[in-house]
Amino acid sequence: MTHSPSTSDSPDEERRGLLQWSAIVLGALATAAAGVPIVGFLLGPLRKREDQWTSAGKVEQFPIGQTRLIDLENPLHSLGDGDAGKIAVYVRRADEEKFQIFAINCTHLGCPVNWLADAGLFMCPCHGGVYYEDGSHASGPPPRGLFQYEHRLEKGALLVKLGHLPTLQQPG
Amino acid sequence: MKTIKQVWDWLEHRLELRDSIWPVMRHPVPAALAKPIGWMYVFGSMTLTLLMLQIVTGVCLAMIYQPTAADAYASLEYLNYEAPFGWLLRAIHYWSATGMVVMLMVHMTQVFLMGAFKYPRELTWLVGVGLLTTTLVLAFTGQVLRYDGDSYWGVSVAVSAAGRVPLAGPSIVHLILGGEYIGSETLSRFFTLHVFILPGLLIGLLVVHLYLVVKRGISEPPTPGEPVDKATYDEEYEKLLEKGIPFFPHALYRDGVACAMAVLIVVGLAVIFGPKGPGEIPDPTLIHAEPRPDWYFLPVFAMAALSPPSMETFLMLGLPVIGILALAAVPFVAGSGERSARRRPVAVLVVLVTFVTLMVLGWYGATSPWSPDMEAWSSTPVPDGIVEKLTPLELQGAVVFQNKCCRNCHALEGAGGKRGPDLTEVGIRMNPEAMVRQVVQGGGNMPAYAQQMNSAEVTALVAFLVKLRPAGIPPAAVPSAAAESLVAAPTDAP
Ligand code: FES
Repeated sequence: MTHSPSTSDSPDEERRGLLQWSAIVLGALATAAAGVPIVGFLLGPLRKREDQWTSAGKVEQFPIGQTRLIDLENPLHSLGDGDAGKIAVYVRRADEEKFQIFAINCTHLGCPVNWLADAGLFMCPCHGGVYYEDGSHASGPPPRGLFQYEHRLEKGALLVKLGHLPTLQQPG
Repeated sequence: MKTIKQVWDWLEHRLELRDSIWPVMRHPVPAALAKPIGWMYVFGSMTLTLLMLQIVTGVCLAMIYQPTAADAYASLEYLNYEAPFGWLLRAIHYWSATGMVVMLMVHMTQVFLMGAFKYPRELTWLVGVGLLTTTLVLAFTGQVLRYDGDSYWGVSVAVSAAGRVPLAGPSIVHLILGGEYIGSETLSRFFTLHVFILPGLLIGLLVVHLYLVVKRGISEPPTPGEPVDKATYDEEYEKLLEKGIPFFPHALYRDGVACAMAVLIVVGLAVIFGPKGPGEIPDPTLIHAEPRPDWYFLPVFAMAALSPPSMETFLMLGLPVIGILALAAVPFVAGSGERSARRRPVAVLVVLVTFVTLMVLGWYGATSPWSPDMEAWSSTPVPDGIVEKLTPLELQGAVVFQNKCCRNCHALEGAGGKRGPDLTEVGIRMNPEAMVRQVVQGGGNMPAYAQQMNSAEVTALVAFLVKLRPAGIPPAAVPSAAAESLVAAPTDAP
């Protein structure tokens, strides 16, 4: 079956012009009305949430001169995260007052670094990055030392500011 | 019989298949395809068949899979152990993905070598490049949905790389993760990409691709010395088609055989090897992961480790983009002229170099000699043959060697890490001073151990290392290579 295309032009030029403009304006409005919430929703994660202070435990828990891996709950964690809502950090107590809190993420590409206490080194299993016990870069591909989280001591407790995944442009 | 005919007529009246689909099925293709060379034209259909298998198995898997960080792992195990044929569907989905990537590469190589991308099929190629890119992104997102330790850290590696994009880095990371850290939102995003957005895009591109294949026709097998000339090609092709054969059923038989083989092989592999993973639980506090991507990304993985630091960001982020752009540019750079591979040595060379590079990088990626063996210091003892002959001081040195985790990077008699050189015979290569210098100052890819060892430990360690040489050979007396060049530097100064 074939259909011949319609060739008739509406005689009412004026009314057609009005309709055309209405279609364009209303169409733009409708697109915006539906589009703004959709795009806004998709870009939602760009609204950054601040890291939050979390207690990492009592100061006495950390023997002087030692580095420990401790498991905490990510303060930003939400419903349905399961284990992914956990976060691990290395706590090094250099002396009475001086703490260093390292992210476990290698500064190269984010693999989890391992603390080898006897050697006094952090080693990365992915491409062989190595760090000294103070977190400074020792060898391998990482471009900088380990990421460190902000921390403070308060009433005998160690508080750490945690939340986001540290990367080169957004260190700990 | 009459009812069937009636139903058929009723349908035909509504669908008008005789006018629309039938001519398409019967469209002429070059007669040469009826010859054995027709086997070169089946790879696209094989890719398409595997894609359909992916869609069907994927839809099934999605009925059980739980795209939340809390439950995904358990749902994978449920698929593996509880759901009837769940394990097989997972396995088929994995092997079919593998097959799809392989067939895509074969298809593109064949199209490239036979010059089928040339005028007037540039757009067909371009859309094909889009299909390749989409498929690879699908493969990566699928790997993330196999939510285990590798998947968790794979995302972490991917966003660490993406985070290096100048200025926009942090925003990109947050968009990919759906927040500040890898969590439930991250997995949901990857799920949405993998099951809605990317398949939608892929099918859209595919429709255009197939439309172009039908409209612009299948290229005839190339003949050396018959270049594509934009002025005359269309006319000649028209003439060629006059003697052509209808696509259905003639060309379709080969496709049918090849596609059936593809499915049988994929299902066979799935039955034999079973599903992949899930591996370890995806728990960020389990730090003993050694993430390694699925095979198609091993070359990229290798590049991340092998590139010099100054080039690294460019190689990781820039090179894939350049690769895609280069592929897209192919028909515009060489859109006409010779089609036969025999007259296109550069094209053949490009294919060879590309495949050799990818395979070497992939092999490095798979065996990764740069990764330390994190357990070696405690699990791989100094071989008995070496320990037997040691003095107490040397034995002490052997203990230092283990405790300081030297074994994680250095092998003895082949066992241990491969990141640094094997030290089984280091005693004939280096003299004691050079060893002390290497241990204390580090160098190459070795950390300096100045702070990590006291002098007694260094002495013992070096005593042990000196002992590492075949019986009857004296310890190295010559200074190490670096020092040697200082001493023996050419004295052409006045
Ligand atoms: S991620 Fe640690 S060295 Fe590459």
